[in-house]
Amino acid sequence: MADLAHTDEHETLGVDNRKLAMWGFLASEFMFFGALISTYLLYKGRAGMPPPYPRDLYDIPFTSISSFVLLMSSLTMVMAHNALTRKDQANVRTWLLATAMLGMVFIGGQVYEFSTFVQEGMTMRTNAAASGFYLLTGFHGTHVLVGIIMLLSLFGISRRQGGLSEAKGLNLELVGLYWHFVDIIWIVIFTVVYLIP
Amino acid sequence: MTAATTIFRRPKTTSGFWGWVTTIDHKKIGIMYGYTAFFFLIMGGLEALLLRLQLAGPEGQILSQAEYNAMFTMHGTTMVFLVVMPMSAAFMNYLLPLMIGARDVAFPRLNALSFWIFLFGGIFLYSTFLFGTTGAPEGGFLAEEASRLGSAPNGGWFGYAPNTEPQFSPGTVLDYWSIGLQIIGLASLMSSVNLITTIFNLRAKGMRLLRMPVFAWMSLVVNFLLMFSIPIIAVALFMITFDRQFGSQFFQTANGGDPILWQHLFWLFGHPEVYILILPAMGIVSEVLPVFSRKPLFGYAAVVFAGAAIGFLGFGVWAHHMFSSGISPVAQAAFGLSTMTIAIPTGIKIFNWLGTMWMGRLQFTTPMLFAIGFVAMFTIGGLSGVTHSIVPSDWQQTDTYYIVAHFHYVLFGGAIFGIFAGLYYWFPKLTGRMYSERLGKWHFWLMFLGFNLTFAPMHWLGLQGMVRRTWQYAADMNLGPWNMAVTIGAFIIAGSILIFMWNWTVSRRRGAEAGIDPWDARTLEWTIPSPPPEYNFAEIPTVTSLDDFWHRKYSEDEEGRAVRREEAGTLVADLEYRGNNPEKPIHLPSPSYFPILIGISIMLIGYGIVYNSFAWGIALLAAGVLGTATSFIGWAQEPAEEPAEEETDGEEH
Repeated sequence: MADLAHTDEHETLGVDNRKLAMWGFLASEFMFFGALISTYLLYKGRAGMPPPYPRDLYDIPFTSISSFVLLMSSLTMVMAHNALTRKDQANVRTWLLATAMLGMVFIGGQVYEFSTFVQEGMTMRTNAAASGFYLLTGFHGTHVLVGIIMLLSLFGISRRQGGLSEAKGLNLELVGLYWHFVDIIWIVIFTVVYLIP
Repeated sequence: MTAATTIFRRPKTTSGFWGWVTTIDHKKIGIMYGYTAFFFLIMGGLEALLLRLQLAGPEGQILSQAEYNAMFTMHGTTMVFLVVMPMSAAFMNYLLPLMIGARDVAFPRLNALSFWIFLFGGIFLYSTFLFGTTGAPEGGFLAEEASRLGSAPNGGWFGYAPNTEPQFSPGTVLDYWSIGLQIIGLASLMSSVNLITTIFNLRAKGMRLLRMPVFAWMSLVVNFLLMFSIPIIAVALFMITFDRQFGSQFFQTANGGDPILWQHLFWLFGHPEVYILILPAMGIVSEVLPVFSRKPLFGYAAVVFAGAAIGFLGFGVWAHHMFSSGISPVAQAAFGLSTMTIAIPTGIKIFNWLGTMWMGRLQFTTPMLFAIGFVAMFTIGGLSGVTHSIVPSDWQQTDTYYIVAHFHYVLFGGAIFGIFAGLYYWFPKLTGRMYSERLGKWHFWLMFLGFNLTFAPMHWLGLQGMVRRTWQYAADMNLGPWNMAVTIGAFIIAGSILIFMWNWTVSRRRGAEAGIDPWDARTLEWTIPSPPPEYNFAEIPTVTSLDDFWHRKYSEDEEGRAVRREEAGTLVADLEYRGNNPEKPIHLPSPSYFPILIGISIMLIGYGIVYNSFAWGIALLAAGVLGTATSFIGWAQEPAEEPAEEETDGEEH
């Protein structure tokens, strides 16, 4: 999506086209996760479903740690962006890689969590609340995965080309926006889905 | 970018078959949207004619029950998702950059991608007639072997749960429906992000938001509606797909699933969708009426803000589709009231249109006739809509033909009339030629007559108790005569469409030369040659007021009447000359193979999900994912525009 405005057109709002488009896309993502979270909330406490319910199986200390890991990845993302504004290309790569790694740790935690839940007898087929849980957290995990791919692509481009150019630097900012969004959504999910009984 | 890292040689041709396949020109994409939507209009129309043949008399035998269900489902799905939405997308694609003074949309390749995803999504959905299967549901009565005609989605365009669950609708037709709509929605979402960015960021100098043509404004509102409502239907469709394919329990009542959730999600999308369908037509009419009334639009700001208000309110009224589903009395009262408030901005618009025509020197050209037809028919549909906001009244009307009458008055009498007004109005710009006014008027009057003969009696049929989606009705219900009238009306509409097709086909080759400004119009698209050159504007215009072009041609006398300036004729001739002869060569983004490749790959993913229990289904899925990923890599490595010959070495970093 690197298409730029053509030569003699200016960006009326003074914001880069790609950044504006990313904000728009993220706005629509809020509706996407909003619908998923509402669905889970509707189903989570319904009586009469075959057990186990998701809330019976949550391992709050474990998920707190993986949530912390994801939050820290936002910090490393900021560090990467900060390094880029200082044109410190080596540190950009370090922080990008760190962010991707933290993301992978989070995904690893989610894989572990899902497999534990399945062993304890809750699959997507168990009941509507379980379906809601897996669809919501699964889509969130997919978003993290896409973010990791984008981070690693930036890392690869930077290595091959000896640093990120100005145009590619905006890409880092866009990936950063996306990454922080995924983080924010997780804060909501962790609070609303896991912590609130 | 070195040649070694690209997958294909960059396509260069801009004409012929490959020129269309690889184009990223918003005008060509708009035209492709238009023809595709018109093709589906014919398909959806044929489905409607079959329905009407079946219902022409009591106890019709033309269609089986399974075929009837498939036809009304496909008719609704087609007309909403494959006709009115893409036809609006056609207008937006073609006109938005021209109206705001831009060379293209913000992301031309993404724009092409939206079109191809839409097209292959439509093909995917319609391939149900070739590959789809239905089966005997648990405890159902449609156990008969379905014909190919009946092998199509059959759960209504709204696809209510739990009927869409696998035990009630076995077979694959509803997978074609849910996944097909998902793909088409993806296209709309991409295009909404693209067009919002375009409107906000690609305006010519001086084109402030409140100097934009109303059509551009309505497009902005529509694209915001798409941006916020498509994700909701995406979630709902994912739930159905997961229920059907992977055994999740979202709408399985035995395991805690709630079918009402589907209704909420569907209508939370579905009601904004109604405005997604009608607002572009309102925008078109707001362009057509002033031009042929020889007056500026009455209350421009009010029309714009009313459009925005409709957009906001549109998200707060969805449960009026669900008054009979047992939602609480408080919710019913609240949604009834919020529904009534929609009538306020809509009424503002209608009075502004009337005010525009009031005391104007009206010219009854074909687009004007369609625009006036729009205002009248939409008002009727709007008024019967208000009757649904009164809950007890709605209980009587719901699921009867009264509802069918209502939404055809707003969506056919509204959206389709508006679309035809636009097709005739911009025909000279699109083709450089004039259509036949005589045939155009035949089209209008036949369609107007046929439309009212088709849909007005549906009010009475509904009040007489004829239920919606009924396959047959008994002779002693005395519904026969009006139903026969309805069927005759439907065929008159079909005849009028044939006249339109004839007019279009002949006129675009043999019509009289139109020139750049045949209507003496107001907006920027009329300041460039017809058909517009590839670069649109030889020089990006500077805008100093609302209806800038008009003010350059007209001044006012002491009584405020418009007087054509003496220099207007030379101005237009000069614009034509300069539009065709840019001072310096204009560098445009290059065509690309990747949008169509991604479109095809996503269709393959769709088939892969439907047939994921077979090894070859998984193979299709893998091929689709691989194709999408490879194409995206190729896309990312391909610069938006190939550097011109003399600067080839300057681009690499």
